[in-house]
Amino acid sequence: MADTFRLAGQGRLTPAKTVRFSFDGSGFTGLEGDTLASALLANGVHLVGRSFKYHRPRGFLSAGAEEPNALVGVHRDAARKTPNVRATVQELYDGLTAVSQNRWPSLARDVGAVNDIASPLFSAGFYYKTFMWPKAAWKHLYEPRIRAAAGLGVAPDEPDPDRYASRFAHCDVLVVGGGPAGLASALAAAESGAQVIVCDEQPEFGGSLRYESGAEVDGRDGWNWAQATATRLAAMDNVRLLGRTTAFGYYAQNMVGLAERVTEHMAEPDPDLPRERLWQVRARQVVVATGAIERHLLFPDNDRPGIMLASAGRTFLNHFGVAVGRRVGIYTATDSAYAAALDLAAAGVDVAAIVDLRDSPAGPMVDKARAAGIEVLAGHAVTGTAGRLRVSAMTVAPRDGGPSRSVPVDALLVSSGWTPSLHLFSQSRGKVAFDDATQRFLPGTYAQDCVSAGACNGTVDLTAAIKQGLAAGESAASSAGRKAKAQKIAAKSVESIDGGQLGTAPGAENGKGVKAFVDFQNDVTAKDIRQAVREGMRSIEHVKRFTTNGMATDQGKTSNLHGLAIAADMLDKPIPEVGLTTFRAPYTPVTFGAIVGHARGALFDPTRKTAMHSWAESRGAVFEDVGQWKRAWYFPQAGEDMHAAVNRECVTVRNAAGIFDASTLGKIEVVGPDAARFMELLYTNPWQKLDVGRCRYGVMLREDGFIYDDGVVGRLAEDRFHVTTTTGGAARVMNHMEDYLQTEFPELKVWLTSISEQWAVIAVQGPKSREIIEPLVEGIDLSDAAMPHMSVREGRICGVPTRLFRMSFTGERGFEINVPADYGHAVWEAVFEEGRKNGACAYGTEAMHVLRAEKGYIIVGQETDGTVTPDDAGLAWAVGKKKTDFVGIRGLRRPDLVADGRKQLVGLKTVDPAVVLDEGAQIVEDPEQAVPMTMIGHVTSSYWSQNCGRSIALALVKDGRSRMGKKLFVPMPDGPIEVEVTGTVFIDERGERLNG
Amino acid sequence: MADLAMAQRRDPLEGRLAAGPGVTVAAAPSCFRMSLRVQPPQVAALSKALGVSLPRKPKTSASEGTRTALWLGPDEWLVIDTGDRDPVADCAAVKALHSAVDISHRNTGIVVSGPAWEAAISAGCPQDLSDDVFPIGAVSRTVYGKVEIVLWRTGAETFRIECWRSFSDYAFTLLADAARDAMG
Repeated sequence: MADTFRLAGQGRLTPAKTVRFSFDGSGFTGLEGDTLASALLANGVHLVGRSFKYHRPRGFLSAGAEEPNALVGVHRDAARKTPNVRATVQELYDGLTAVSQNRWPSLARDVGAVNDIASPLFSAGFYYKTFMWPKAAWKHLYEPRIRAAAGLGVAPDEPDPDRYASRFAHCDVLVVGGGPAGLASALAAAESGAQVIVCDEQPEFGGSLRYESGAEVDGRDGWNWAQATATRLAAMDNVRLLGRTTAFGYYAQNMVGLAERVTEHMAEPDPDLPRERLWQVRARQVVVATGAIERHLLFPDNDRPGIMLASAGRTFLNHFGVAVGRRVGIYTATDSAYAAALDLAAAGVDVAAIVDLRDSPAGPMVDKARAAGIEVLAGHAVTGTAGRLRVSAMTVAPRDGGPSRSVPVDALLVSSGWTPSLHLFSQSRGKVAFDDATQRFLPGTYAQDCVSAGACNGTVDLTAAIKQGLAAGESAASSAGRKAKAQKIAAKSVESIDGGQLGTAPGAENGKGVKAFVDFQNDVTAKDIRQAVREGMRSIEHVKRFTTNGMATDQGKTSNLHGLAIAADMLDKPIPEVGLTTFRAPYTPVTFGAIVGHARGALFDPTRKTAMHSWAESRGAVFEDVGQWKRAWYFPQAGEDMHAAVNRECVTVRNAAGIFDASTLGKIEVVGPDAARFMELLYTNPWQKLDVGRCRYGVMLREDGFIYDDGVVGRLAEDRFHVTTTTGGAARVMNHMEDYLQTEFPELKVWLTSISEQWAVIAVQGPKSREIIEPLVEGIDLSDAAMPHMSVREGRICGVPTRLFRMSFTGERGFEINVPADYGHAVWEAVFEEGRKNGACAYGTEAMHVLRAEKGYIIVGQETDGTVTPDDAGLAWAVGKKKTDFVGIRGLRRPDLVADGRKQLVGLKTVDPAVVLDEGAQIVEDPEQAVPMTMIGHVTSSYWSQNCGRSIALALVKDGRSRMGKKLFVPMPDGPIEVEVTGTVFIDERGERLNG
Repeated sequence: MADLAMAQRRDPLEGRLAAGPGVTVAAAPSCFRMSLRVQPPQVAALSKALGVSLPRKPKTSASEGTRTALWLGPDEWLVIDTGDRDPVADCAAVKALHSAVDISHRNTGIVVSGPAWEAAISAGCPQDLSDDVFPIGAVSRTVYGKVEIVLWRTGAETFRIECWRSFSDYAFTLLADAARDAMG
């Protein structure tokens, strides 16, 4: 600790509370309450990174969230490696490990720094010009190299082990920013009884009072007042105080996104705590009190470590008790930097000189500086700096020319004035207005229920900020419907952030080949911006994209205004005519973790399981995803692969019986005196004459006449239908029906209720199906005479209510047992036990697919793709010929849909029965024709059928039904496969097995 | 037919229970549920049959004994009965035009209670649930994370969430995960 820059008696940290940390492998000691930046500075470390493009040595520019330079990696453990952490924001904790970025082999000796010497090659627009030729080199040479060079920091390579929480919140007044204006407005709003949320990105509230010296509020030291006010607010029931919380985005209807960093500052966080918490706050009124950000000055070599904003130098001194150097120069275009000189001098730091661009600075701050014996060089400029890894001298010359001299310094504090933070205001779609007198953009026209207060709204001193804050809080509270009580806060301050300068300073004028950095993070110099204008960019949006000025992760918080001023100067236009680039969320980077929140792993998306899922699981079922559902795909027995299991299941169903979980089918109960009329309108089939207790296969179209869904529908009563849909169609069919009911047929007396999940469905299919269920069923005559194919009965099974359908999706005699879902598991077990006695097995969705294909039954979405009509699919029989209206009837009459040459569903048999076609494969007439061949159709379904002893396929083929027996070809990489066109039914063409 | 013993009802959450500091998340016991659709002129007849006056004001509920009618829309109510009377049976004889559909097994109930309820519920539900806006008895069909729910405030610090049974695992797991974030 020999070389410490921590000054005794300065700052607010406790000297006894030490914290150990490391940077690039070296161990250091800091204090509790330090940021990584202040702790490194206390140890005399200024060099913390290499710049993105030129690999120039960089230090800290700021002491806050606007930091463009000091980005480091923070590593907690193997899985917790966060790149691009701003060292000025990261709070120190015991054991913190930080590493520098963008350097190799080391920070002090970095090979990439050769880019700096070669910098004429890397001027603005260099990417667009250089890598154009030869064309082939882009893919193999340029792009891989650029990608390797692009990006800053190293992304973590293990899954993020941390938790992230999310919270929706509502309030009357959201105050963004906990500086003097924000605290005053929170207090005013809170005292009115309003529900208030106040957030600030810093761990402590106070904003500019963190560095402002000599401020007095309500008779107390400014900082102490801020802490007391925060404590008072925190104790109020109607206030939620959120520190370490950044309002990163202002969205529609006063929705503001906040990212709260919960454990980033802790050495050993409680594993139950989330790392971050995302707040989505809906506020009746928003008070934007986001302050202002100081700008640097644009002069040659203004980026050496040790050159930083004046307010940053003050923050490190007044809050952290750290001197940024032993001999500090000040370079300014405003009064506010004088306060830095005064604070440093008062703390015993040697101030080399105040170099002031203005010819005759005057006022109390200037007088004080002179009185303190500090040399004030009015009308002077810093025209250059020296020092390789840290500034060692500044070159000072009269601004209008004259002899220069070198002044040794080990730090240089700069200020060209302050930019009001309009980010959130602009994100709220408010229009900014340029104030000519002060050369600043300020809030102009508001678009949402918000009000700005303090430095972001143009105030330049503490008294005005607090006054505006109070007024904003009162007006927000009363706009939110609360009765505001007038509050008074007395504030005293001598400082002002008025005035300043935009664009380049002397030494970096047009034509000078120097590097005066505008955007530190993207290495954009004043020269680059001028070049962009010379090359024809006129809009600031184009200048920005050509130079990348303001496009780094700091989003140009310190650079945008300077860039704009240079472009405006080159174009000889006033600043507002060149325009301001758009502010976009997030204000500062937000982690993916915070945005994702709880939605990862099992909570990424709901996983839907049927009532019988655990049974299938216990029987070793392999599941497949069908939308959000997990469905049993097949049930392999010992030694069986999928092929063997599916073959066995398919054969067992046709020889004995199979039991299948069909619960995921969509189900809709259609109830009301007009239920049949409604069904007539929504389906192609006739329904009026369907007897109670009978079922019908229904086809649903869209207006355009194409098949939308299908399913079996049972009529439970004159006024009650039990409709089934496809699994995937459940939600959209319900919406489709509800849409037509409400908008086209509102006169119908009918209601729709989703019952998909009310009923578990156990399909029992096969010649033994009746024997299997008979012992379990009560009150239903299962004989063919009493309960023929396509009928439905209500009764009981295993003592619980059932809607029992006799229907088949296999071509075998079959039943579908619907039971209230909570009984599904128990009934399944009873049915399976009966099945076992009869040689039945459980089968999965793969066998179901094969069995239905053997019968030529279509699956909507497999045989159909939104361009298939009932006739195309061989379902013309399902369209009621006498019907005068249904959804899609007009569409079906369109010329295209009745023309010859449509693709029709047919069966395909490969000439070699062992060959199974690929689903989706194209079909041609002549395999010898030149590529691209004329394709006349494609394979929609294809399986090995153990029951047929050969492969089978369904296909949509142009004029397919007129090609029966013809040979076609399926061209594949290994040669064409010859197929014969057949009917779609491969087993039991006469349908005798339905009653077999 | 001796083996026709009543099959056992098996709730998808099977009594799951989770807790965070100041909040518990518990599966609600099985109950009767009915989706009731009825137009305004017939509301009185259904109220009479059900023994509970169907609320007409949006986002409200009305209870009588073990039965509660929750307003979901201008012609739609969710009727929950935690006792032994099936509301569908009570509607069976009503001549007035209506639709009563048994959804007892379609939904699953989850009860969130304790002073830190907000951590669990506001993690996934974007609604304003403050006392003024969402008082005891308030009801809303809304979202929780990625699923649709019916949210019913049954007490100052107690809410009941109803969702479709296959979404109950997701809803419960998210509630339990969020409950860990209770800040007290």
